[in-house]
Amino acid sequence: MKLKNNTIALDATDYKILEALREDARQTYTDIGEQLGIAHSTVYDRIKRMEQYGIIKQYTTIVDAEKAGAKKITAIMTIYTEPKESEKVAEKLCKAPEILEVYTSLSEELQIIAKITAENQESLHTFIANSIAPLPGVLRIRTSILTKKFKENAFSIVSDPKKITFIKETRNIERRETV
Amino acid sequence: MTSETTPKSLRTIPREKAFYFFTSIGNYTGLSASSLKDFLEKINQVNIKSLEFHLNRGDFEKWLNEVLEDKKLAEQLGRLQRSNLSGDILRSQLYEIVSRHYKELTTRAAFSM
Repeated sequence: MKLKNNTIALDATDYKILEALREDARQTYTDIGEQLGIAHSTVYDRIKRMEQYGIIKQYTTIVDAEKAGAKKITAIMTIYTEPKESEKVAEKLCKAPEILEVYTSLSEELQIIAKITAENQESLHTFIANSIAPLPGVLRIRTSILTKKFKENAFSIVSDPKKITFIKETRNIERRETV
Repeated sequence: MTSETTPKSLRTIPREKAFYFFTSIGNYTGLSASSLKDFLEKINQVNIKSLEFHLNRGDFEKWLNEVLEDKKLAEQLGRLQRSNLSGDILRSQLYEIVSRHYKELTTRAAFSM
């Protein structure tokens, strides 16, 4: 972990700590230290620093809604928008509790991709018809209701030290080529 | 034509109360109607799947009743729903019913001025 111009550069140990937390955020500093062969105080320092710099944003709980008895449906919406209005539309979507995730994407047309949850198909449709379609700048909407989940994982962190070494080596090679 | 003599269903309504045409659950066509005149025009423009989708769900009837407060036209479209028409026949029937009703309202409004 290096600090430069008030920004933080993570090293292989930081990535390993993040990966360990991603697997189980309730592990103790000692558990993580033992896994990685480093002192628990090192783990503590690095985690605190990553929290301080917003790299670790929060510790949360992933709930299996189905097992919890919540019979909700989830859908992915592609919202085509006028370019000038896309940010405003995305910001408004972010405020709705029904919307779980919001992204923008640039393909042939400017799109907003959002993940939405609802009690059932009817309430999904009502929400889209009453709250999203009327937003200024919305051109059209495509919605796909998700039927079966095969995999769900948070953002994967490079945990393999070989891969990190490879990245560093690649950077070195690039540097040599540009000189 | 003043606002007092204009039937409610001939007024232009705010965008949040407009009718938004979908082809299926969550699939918005990009077309909407903010007045009865607008609605009439959109009947000829929108994908036929959208007309079938909304008519079968009773969405037109509901919007006419609750937003435009046009009970008479809502009832007529309710009867059309029960006729189980589809495709271009449905489109032409729907257009004819709404067009006739719109003419009646505009004629009546013109005479009451």
